[in-house]
Amino acid sequence: MQNTRNFSIIAHIDHGKSTLADRLIQKTGLVEERKFRNQLLDNMDIERERGITIKSQAITLPYISNDNQKFEFNLIDTPGHVDFSYEVSRALASCEGALLLIDAAQGVEAQTVANLYAAMEHNLEIIPVINKIDLLSADIDRVKRQIEVDLGLDAEQTILCSAKEGTGIDDVLEAITKHIPPPEGSADKPLSALIFDAHYDSFRGTVVSCRLFSGKISPGDTIRLMSNGATYKVEEVGIFRLAKTSKDSLSAGEVGYIIAGIKTVSDIRVGDTVTLDSNPVTNPLPGFKEIKPVVFSSIYPVSSEDYQSLSDALEKYKLNDAALIFQKDSSAALGMGFRCGFLGLLHLEIVQERLEREFGQSIIMTAPTVQYHFMLTNGSKVTIDNPTYYPDPVTIEKGMEPYIRASIFAPERYMGTIIDLCTERRGVNSRFNCPTPGRLEIQFDIPLAEVIYDFYDRLKTVTQGYGSFDYDFLDYRESDLVKMDILLNGEKVDPLSQIAHRDRARPRALNACERLKEEIPRHLFKIAIQGAIGGTIIARSTVSPFRKDVTAKCYGGDITRKRKLLEKQKKGKKRMKTIGSVTIPQSAFVAVLKAENK
Amino acid sequence: MNTSQKSGLYIHIPFCRSKCPYCAFYSLASRSLILPWLNNIKNEIAYYKDQFECFDTLYLGGGTPTFLDAWTLEILMKHIFNNFRFAPDTEITIESNPCDLNREKVNVLKDLGFNRISLGVQSFNDQDLSFLGRRHTAKDAETALALLRSCGFKNLSMDLIYGFEGQSIKEWAKTLNHALSFQPEHLSCYQLTFEKRTIFEKLKDKGLIKPLSEKEECAFFSATSQFLENHDYIHYEISSFARGKAYYSRHNNKYWHHIPYLGLGPSAHSFQESSRWWNVGSVRKYCALLEGGRAAIEDYENLTGDQLRLESISLGSRTKEGFDFKEIPPDHKSMEMIMRLQTSGVIRIKNNRVIPTKKGFLVADHLANCFF
Repeated sequence: MQNTRNFSIIAHIDHGKSTLADRLIQKTGLVEERKFRNQLLDNMDIERERGITIKSQAITLPYISNDNQKFEFNLIDTPGHVDFSYEVSRALASCEGALLLIDAAQGVEAQTVANLYAAMEHNLEIIPVINKIDLLSADIDRVKRQIEVDLGLDAEQTILCSAKEGTGIDDVLEAITKHIPPPEGSADKPLSALIFDAHYDSFRGTVVSCRLFSGKISPGDTIRLMSNGATYKVEEVGIFRLAKTSKDSLSAGEVGYIIAGIKTVSDIRVGDTVTLDSNPVTNPLPGFKEIKPVVFSSIYPVSSEDYQSLSDALEKYKLNDAALIFQKDSSAALGMGFRCGFLGLLHLEIVQERLEREFGQSIIMTAPTVQYHFMLTNGSKVTIDNPTYYPDPVTIEKGMEPYIRASIFAPERYMGTIIDLCTERRGVNSRFNCPTPGRLEIQFDIPLAEVIYDFYDRLKTVTQGYGSFDYDFLDYRESDLVKMDILLNGEKVDPLSQIAHRDRARPRALNACERLKEEIPRHLFKIAIQGAIGGTIIARSTVSPFRKDVTAKCYGGDITRKRKLLEKQKKGKKRMKTIGSVTIPQSAFVAVLKAENK
Repeated sequence: MNTSQKSGLYIHIPFCRSKCPYCAFYSLASRSLILPWLNNIKNEIAYYKDQFECFDTLYLGGGTPTFLDAWTLEILMKHIFNNFRFAPDTEITIESNPCDLNREKVNVLKDLGFNRISLGVQSFNDQDLSFLGRRHTAKDAETALALLRSCGFKNLSMDLIYGFEGQSIKEWAKTLNHALSFQPEHLSCYQLTFEKRTIFEKLKDKGLIKPLSEKEECAFFSATSQFLENHDYIHYEISSFARGKAYYSRHNNKYWHHIPYLGLGPSAHSFQESSRWWNVGSVRKYCALLEGGRAAIEDYENLTGDQLRLESISLGSRTKEGFDFKEIPPDHKSMEMIMRLQTSGVIRIKNNRVIPTKKGFLVADHLANCFF
């Protein structure tokens, strides 16, 4: 155990975390050069494409130090997005140290700070690493100053590297052996293991990733999950090399996996404590909490006959994603579907993409919404995450919506535009912090609903890519909430309804009308698009009918071609929804959520 | 399907003196392959000899059929008549270029049994004609028309092209007026279309020719329809006008109503009993296949009931008769669509048929799509 090191790499998005992980794996010789596939830890297509890690992963690396000692490194990868901050905290709780990776050109960003704080909460030993020193725009001195001043860390310890070019990697490996302490805990004590991840394997069931703090676990043991008392018989334990490598046992200080006939990932709670049924620990490890969804949206099949297939796909998807919750839902316009809860907008997008890509589903997602509270005149309180259930306005005493604390890091020249953006998004109670000359940390209390739309995109735009953003939940605050409906030729399209603050309803309705006008193809008749609150029309646009498409000639040689074109269009229509006589492409449902054109 | 009706016979003559820049029909600007083509048309005729009971239309199209000399035409026609059965009142049409017609040629056409001439006039404005890459002048067309009349042709059709950059509706009306002075029994007025793989399409892509706007096209179309209806022509198909029902193109009607037709020659299409097949689009390949004792078929398809219905609606939407109510799915959605299309003036309902209005003609290609 003296030669075991458990650590994470923490970084702001795009600062090169996965590239560094790949280098470490390569340098320790776990994988042959020619078999090397970039970003080994990000093994989902979406992760690789988006360049972010969605799930936690662990890998055990053998390392022989310069003074010829044999080490075993457990690198625990953490998700790189605020939606998954709880998973991050559990992964960090499984480590003794962390490499804090900072881009030599970008410097300290919002998530650098957020991740550092998270790591410090778990008393991790921090090794600052400045990456991308090969860049022309690299400003090592500035970043070192930021490390000293903004982060309060010892810049002397900082390691310089370029993960891309492979320079400085040996220094990183040596620093891990020297600065990160070995794990503590006794194998003789009762088993206490922290679950930091679980994934589904179609042959073996759920594979639980955990860190053992005390005790020992072997196949044949009966384990107990402390949050719900469920027991399972252990079939296999082991460590992750490039694939699972089974072992006779796992002991205190080690990081590895347990397979115990657990059917779905949903039976496992990240943050839960595993102990032995025969000899349990008295107290679970601290920090366990049930993760709750914060963003809600409905998913419908494009073609209503695909409902069953979507249902099956969601069940299967859920095997590997405990954070997604869903229940049956139905809409007058779209038929049967599912109301789903997500950890955040990124989580929502990932679910959408994976359902489409991996499960071949054609789906329509409705406007994401947060959970609102309404106090009614009869003294009761209702919680609503679906605009369909917006209460009768006359019965509403007051509405309440969730607020977050948004932290934004950006060069100070963007201060004005950031404040404008936050104020426009109903941000209040702003605070400023000038950690280094030229850089600014701005905090705002902002309704979550204003952030889940397009806030991050807009922030990136107004700061020309320099702004970064992180958030924490604050509380529920009173708010004048209305329901905004969209009507097509006078017919209400319920999946396009949104709950919004009264002041924001009109701009949002205008935006929705304009977006729909762009997305809905011209028909043979005029289509009126209207936004309304109750019976009052607050926005409108029109799709004018198209007038000519006929070809001049149609003789023997043209008929087949013409029919094939019709058949193609017919097929295309299957991916659209018909409401009344209006055909709406799938993209229209997404487009209404996109940024307002400025 | 119309199996009770007599079939149509089409012969594709893929030769022209020169290629027109807007035309996408298969044709070679050379005489060199006429003889092998003729020999193999004979082979093809032998191949289909007994497959079609009786024809009541014969249509020589192209290409430019009158580009063939009298001798070739005579051999071709003799061979056709010797091998296929025709109804006594068969409509026999030949597409002609004004340049090719002199008194001698016109008399030959008469003698060979042609009773309908489709003359490629395109315009009575010489500037338009040169833009369209035509070799003849307005005067040539006038001469040809006078000649045809004087030789006793009682069923004349003219092809005209309209709706291109620089042409005003007023100018176009002049051409129409000029055409009407010959009292043609039939007019095909084609709005200029930029067909794939034509010179015009290339010029359009390079920005050298600008197509009319949707609004301008609609105005041209409506003005044409209005003008000719005012002069007692029936606008019976998107581009077809006839001076009375008797002068509807019987042959073209077969294409639009799923009546069987046999197409011979390279790239020609045939239809019989819900199958459609078409020949290879190359004279050399065509000859090679037939010389090898095989049919010159490139591909075929057997249409399902759904496909036939889709075609019936799509083709019906292009004609004055419209399509039978029965062709559309009898559900609530269709009814709602019918109502909406009726209110917006695209269709009307008469005798259990969905009839496109003039506004409907303009969107005929889209109509079928509304019901599926």
